[in-house]
Amino acid sequence: MTTASAVSPRAARFAARLKDTEAHLSSVTLPASAAWLMRAREAAMERLKGMGMPEKRDEYWRYTDPARFVSSAPTPAEVFVADDEPVMFGGIERLSLVFVDGVFSPEQSDKIEGEGLEIERLSEAGEADIHWAKDLYGTLEAKAQNPVPRPLAALNTATATDGVLIRVTGRVSRPVSLVYLRSDANAEMVLHHVVRVEEGGEVTLLENGPGAARVSTVLEADLADRATLHHVRAMGRDHQRAGCTHIFARQGAESHFRSFTLSVNGAMVRNEMVVWLEGEGGVVHLAGAAMGDGDFHNDDTIFVTHTAPACESRQVYKKVLYHGAVGVFQGKILVEQSAQLTDGYQKSQALLMDESGQFLAKPELEIHADDVKCSHGSTSGELDEDHLFYLRARGVPEDDAKRLLVTAFLGESLDEIEDHDLANDIRLRLAGWLERHGE
Amino acid sequence: MSALDETLEVRDGVDRETVETVQSMAGKYKHGWETDVEMIFAPKGLNEDIVRLISDKNKEPEWMTEWRLAAFRRWQQMEEPDWAMLNIPPIDYQDQYYYAKPASMVEKPKSLDEVDPKLLATYAKLGIPLEEQKILAGVEGAEDAPRQVAVDAVFDSVSLGTTFKDELLKAGVIFCSISEAIREHPELVKKYLGTVVPVSDNYFATLNSAVFTDGSFVYIPEGVRCPMELSTYFRINAENTGQFERTLIVAEKGSHVSYLEGCTAPQRDTTQLHAAVVEIVILEDAEVKYSTVQNWYPGDEDGKGGIYNFVTKRADCRGDRAKVMWTQVETGSAITWKYPSCILRGDDSSGEFYSVAITNNMQQADTGTKMVHLGKRTRSRIVSKGISAGKAQNTYRGLVSMHPKAAESRNYTQCDSLLIGSECGAHAIPYIEVRNGTSRIEHEATTSKVDDDQLFYCRQRGMDEEEAVALVVNGFCREVLQALPMEFAMEAQALVAISLEGSVG
Repeated sequence: MTTASAVSPRAARFAARLKDTEAHLSSVTLPASAAWLMRAREAAMERLKGMGMPEKRDEYWRYTDPARFVSSAPTPAEVFVADDEPVMFGGIERLSLVFVDGVFSPEQSDKIEGEGLEIERLSEAGEADIHWAKDLYGTLEAKAQNPVPRPLAALNTATATDGVLIRVTGRVSRPVSLVYLRSDANAEMVLHHVVRVEEGGEVTLLENGPGAARVSTVLEADLADRATLHHVRAMGRDHQRAGCTHIFARQGAESHFRSFTLSVNGAMVRNEMVVWLEGEGGVVHLAGAAMGDGDFHNDDTIFVTHTAPACESRQVYKKVLYHGAVGVFQGKILVEQSAQLTDGYQKSQALLMDESGQFLAKPELEIHADDVKCSHGSTSGELDEDHLFYLRARGVPEDDAKRLLVTAFLGESLDEIEDHDLANDIRLRLAGWLERHGE
Repeated sequence: MSALDETLEVRDGVDRETVETVQSMAGKYKHGWETDVEMIFAPKGLNEDIVRLISDKNKEPEWMTEWRLAAFRRWQQMEEPDWAMLNIPPIDYQDQYYYAKPASMVEKPKSLDEVDPKLLATYAKLGIPLEEQKILAGVEGAEDAPRQVAVDAVFDSVSLGTTFKDELLKAGVIFCSISEAIREHPELVKKYLGTVVPVSDNYFATLNSAVFTDGSFVYIPEGVRCPMELSTYFRINAENTGQFERTLIVAEKGSHVSYLEGCTAPQRDTTQLHAAVVEIVILEDAEVKYSTVQNWYPGDEDGKGGIYNFVTKRADCRGDRAKVMWTQVETGSAITWKYPSCILRGDDSSGEFYSVAITNNMQQADTGTKMVHLGKRTRSRIVSKGISAGKAQNTYRGLVSMHPKAAESRNYTQCDSLLIGSECGAHAIPYIEVRNGTSRIEHEATTSKVDDDQLFYCRQRGMDEEEAVALVVNGFCREVLQALPMEFAMEAQALVAISLEGSVG
């Protein structure tokens, strides 16, 4: 018999993980920062040392191998030149901030200012010890470490080299557009953004571009009562890059948060979203469209917590997979006992275009309140033969018919984008991608 | 009894009576009596000597003893799983009896007549007419009688007697206790035991492999349609006894069998351990239907006592076109940890899983299924209904896996949860793994009180509210209950359907 004093294998494995993490982090130095920021970084480092880096055997990493995010240097990724399409969001009047390989480029960016908002870069924020972001930076990330540890987010908080701090006090008409360009096959980008939308404020945040060979971004969004945040993201077309992103959002009463992510290509992409609905009547809509051909691994991991009553959450994730591409969806709706009258909905669907595609999903519901309506649906399969036949019978060539059906399939996730111009821009990318890859 | 607690809030659409009846099911546990029968116990605790003793008591051959010891040694290296959504208090595996046997069974009775009448009375209370069936078995032309059921009853650790044995033998069917099978049919047991649930499969299955005391064995020869339904009744009677039964069912090519399983235990303050393993081997064109009504003692309203039910059930569809159907009605146990699974290995094989799980008071259930699609054109269907009341937690956990070679396979999953009261929880944790693009899966899950859309639909068609609610609640479990064989439908309805259906309309 094992004696009581012996360490259980589980405890021994955890101890070994912490030891490895310690060794891994020994070479990491925290970027020089203002005192308040340094404290937040050090706290994140401590958190990270307490939980350890992720491992493939973790339940939370069941379908995605974290190795490429954990390794000390990024796997080199060829720079992809995408000059066959108009500039993303180019037709939209916006405040554009450009990062190249994770480094801010003042020449390519607009002047950092805008009506209805305070905006500055993380690396320049507050030499003084007083800053509005002081109580936010790293706070939502820390809150999100429970019940599942997200060590890569803590690592980002500790080591982010730059980012944007935005405080919205009114209605901002000009979207803030973060553009991530890249020029180096080995570069790494670690950015941490904080957005605080004050009561009644409204802003649109755009993100686009591949960023670097390896990308880590964290966005902490704090929405006051009746605040609105629109977020649209297009992750760029580079094939070999790896990216791990986290969005943490805390929502006040009657606040609105909508986020859409377009993900085409990319060897290894993990997008995590964590949302807390803490004020009555809050609404969150999360959506994503992912298309991959061949060496493509796309993982959407979503965690929505309903704490306040009468909130609405909606998740719509669609993936189209060609030639062995892998789509992962882990989504969870947690309804706490206090969140009566919750309306929770979650949909994850994959279209497998040939027999080698893979779709791995874990759509979860955890419900502790009884007067709620929660449901999820998940499907995976080929294009519907009947639909195809219908179109073919009406003279539509096979390739066109397939494209039409794929576009219609993805359309439901695009419907979650409120702004028509933005939605159209995304639609254009989808059409272009299908033109190039759709057999 | 908190059932009539005035503070209980009754939601729209759920009749108070429904709530009360569901609540009362745990509180007024009707099988909560204990039979005063003199028992012989092996010493408490678990070590190699106990494993040897169990093997020895069952007069097992050497290879079986070794098999058990290997399992025991493996088990010592293993860790209790912690992934289920269950709050399991630490279990002291040394504080259990692993072998208990009624004293009157020391000399095996020649017939049921020699069995201690108190034991037979126990089964009469359970509603199994053993005696009556025994008489029926001796009557000429008994095979013409409609809906006979052969019963193997297991009392604590020991199989008590199997009815209809001769009848079955005529058809070539072997239905006996597993200990008897190990002695009488070692070649069959050796060939199949541990091949569906390997010895090291999981913590509780390994424990079972080491210490299982009895259980049932079923062998249906090629092309035989079992002339009657087979049934096992398990009862834990003695205090601090763990029950570890092992069931092995082998369905040869083209055979067919329907198997029923029921369980009860007396009411006690202390918790009791139950770790069973069921293995089913299904060959070409064979079909097995396995139905369970699990009604172990669930503990009292405060969560005191009750059975910890850790069960590994798995069917292996080895041949093409093999078919398995699991139906379970889970109303008892303080903790349920159970995932009857289907390995769909043969091409065109199919698996079905129908489940109703009711938890009340402090009960916890983490139950579901695994559908592993390996063969081409395999099909599976999962229908799970969870009802949670009181402070109970009810989790559906399921896996649907389409392997790369499982071309053109299909799965459909529907899991619905109904919440009654504001302190309970209902959860769904499905795993969907599609590794073949020509396969298709559909998964749906809902959690609600009685669904407003459904009510609206009925109301729109002219029903009054009460009729509408009756129809909706009626429909909630029906799909599963209808999958049960007649014999069990009665008991299951007493446990579930009547309580829900009778309360409305």
